[in-house]
Amino acid sequence: MFEGFEGGRLPAAFMSAGTSSFTEFLSSVSPEMLPGHKLPPGGGTEHLTPDATTIVALTFPGGVLVAGDRRATQGNVIANRDMEKVFRTDEFSAVAIAGSAGIGIELARLYQVELEHYEKMEGRSLSLEGKANKLSQMVRGNLGMAMQGFVVVPLLVGYDENTELGRVFSYDAVGGRYEEHRYHSIGSGSVFAKGSIKKLYREDLDQTGATKVALESLYDAADDDSATGGPDLHRQIFPLVDVITEDGHRRLSTEEVARLATEVVEGRAVNPDGPTVSLD
Amino acid sequence: MPFYVAPEQQMKDKADYARKGIARGRSAVVLQYEGGILMVADNMSRTLHKISELYDRIGFAAVGRYPEFENLRLMGVRFADVRGYQYDRRDVSGRQLANIYAQTLGTVFSESLKPWEVEIVVAEVGDTSDEDEIYRITFDGSIVDEQGFVAVGGSSEHVSNVLKDRFAAEASLSAALNAATHALARENGEERELEASNLEVAILERARQHRKFRRIHGRRLTRLIEEGKANGRTASGGEASEGEASGTATADEADE
Repeated sequence: MFEGFEGGRLPAAFMSAGTSSFTEFLSSVSPEMLPGHKLPPGGGTEHLTPDATTIVALTFPGGVLVAGDRRATQGNVIANRDMEKVFRTDEFSAVAIAGSAGIGIELARLYQVELEHYEKMEGRSLSLEGKANKLSQMVRGNLGMAMQGFVVVPLLVGYDENTELGRVFSYDAVGGRYEEHRYHSIGSGSVFAKGSIKKLYREDLDQTGATKVALESLYDAADDDSATGGPDLHRQIFPLVDVITEDGHRRLSTEEVARLATEVVEGRAVNPDGPTVSLD
Repeated sequence: MPFYVAPEQQMKDKADYARKGIARGRSAVVLQYEGGILMVADNMSRTLHKISELYDRIGFAAVGRYPEFENLRLMGVRFADVRGYQYDRRDVSGRQLANIYAQTLGTVFSESLKPWEVEIVVAEVGDTSDEDEIYRITFDGSIVDEQGFVAVGGSSEHVSNVLKDRFAAEASLSAALNAATHALARENGEERELEASNLEVAILERARQHRKFRRIHGRRLTRLIEEGKANGRTASGGEASEGEASGTATADEADE
């Protein structure tokens, strides 16, 4: 497992006072395990992994939710219908990814270990800003891969226990971190999703209302973007919705999402463009 | 001319040294209860923990010199996180960690001049109580697979004798905590009153999602202690409680 794992003793690095960062630690003992450790030569490699598409996030009083469609595409082919691109990262945060799926999933997994590792080493969790900055560094670490076409951008949502608010952070491919207010969307269908949320969002939405807005917006994204998948009633595949409040992280059950998503689809049968907003 | 010291004598001296060091500190106990595994340590500090989380299902309890077992804890967390990241979260087991600890302590004991004055417990909560694992690793790297409960520390034998009478794997959390504090309070043959502020308590909760480890402190701890004391009294009316407790234990076993 480790080069120095002989005679039953772990390498000295395991015992040193050292760092509380998992990534930093791993890069000192087993750098080959980190994503993007060895860059393949040349470009034009984007076709190697499918693209994960639309993510939406919105805040509501006392919390925040993030939802993602389930489709992954490779060119004009649907590579996966029930992909998961929303990840619980700890009790009060979740990350969703858009872009190169293979890289993104690994990034989310590493980030999750990173947060938990810090918490266990230090005996307390990182602040939400700390979590957001850490993710920024990790995205920047992927820059080499991004320049070869493996672009991945995460969206971080979390409940800030200090201010008791749900917060949303978006990133660009070089690790730039931007705090978003009220709502945000990333991925290929984000233009349509964001337009949809813009018209439906209200400050006083409750959790169910916010979920409904998220599902409507994903439907709108799927409606106009071929790379985004809508709710699949026949196969029972629905968007993933993660809600974070002061009670912690909760992923809505398939039944809960199915009920709301079916309402959305049925509403569209009557009015294909979805709910409209009155002008007064 | 260098002195010759027989290896037996060398080992014995080291072992005596380590035992003396460990005996200076207070004990800790780890035991099963109906909802998982309970870990209790006699610890005044709220920040220098004797009990901590290693991984999803795995907890760590230690007694002895803080910097030494803290080193072991960090090592365990690193090992578990690397393993879990490399393979899958389910592939990290208490047995692996216990082995790593045993090997590390064994090497330190035989190779370095000063042995580490620590004694540790690695506990893993399973899907059912039959799958729970509790390992005790001593300063010389011996490893013992314990059944149901274990006490570590200077007078661990005494503590575990007291605990044996009150231990029931199917006890409620408050009853298990009561048994644990009762045993800890009687270490070194003395009889003390342990309060919430003296105790560090954590559980590995079987029914919990994701990470099973949870600390219990503040009001919840005080409430559990009082609940345990009250039940201990009502069940039996004072000193006869031990007979009563073992009576319920047999009933529980019969149920299974």
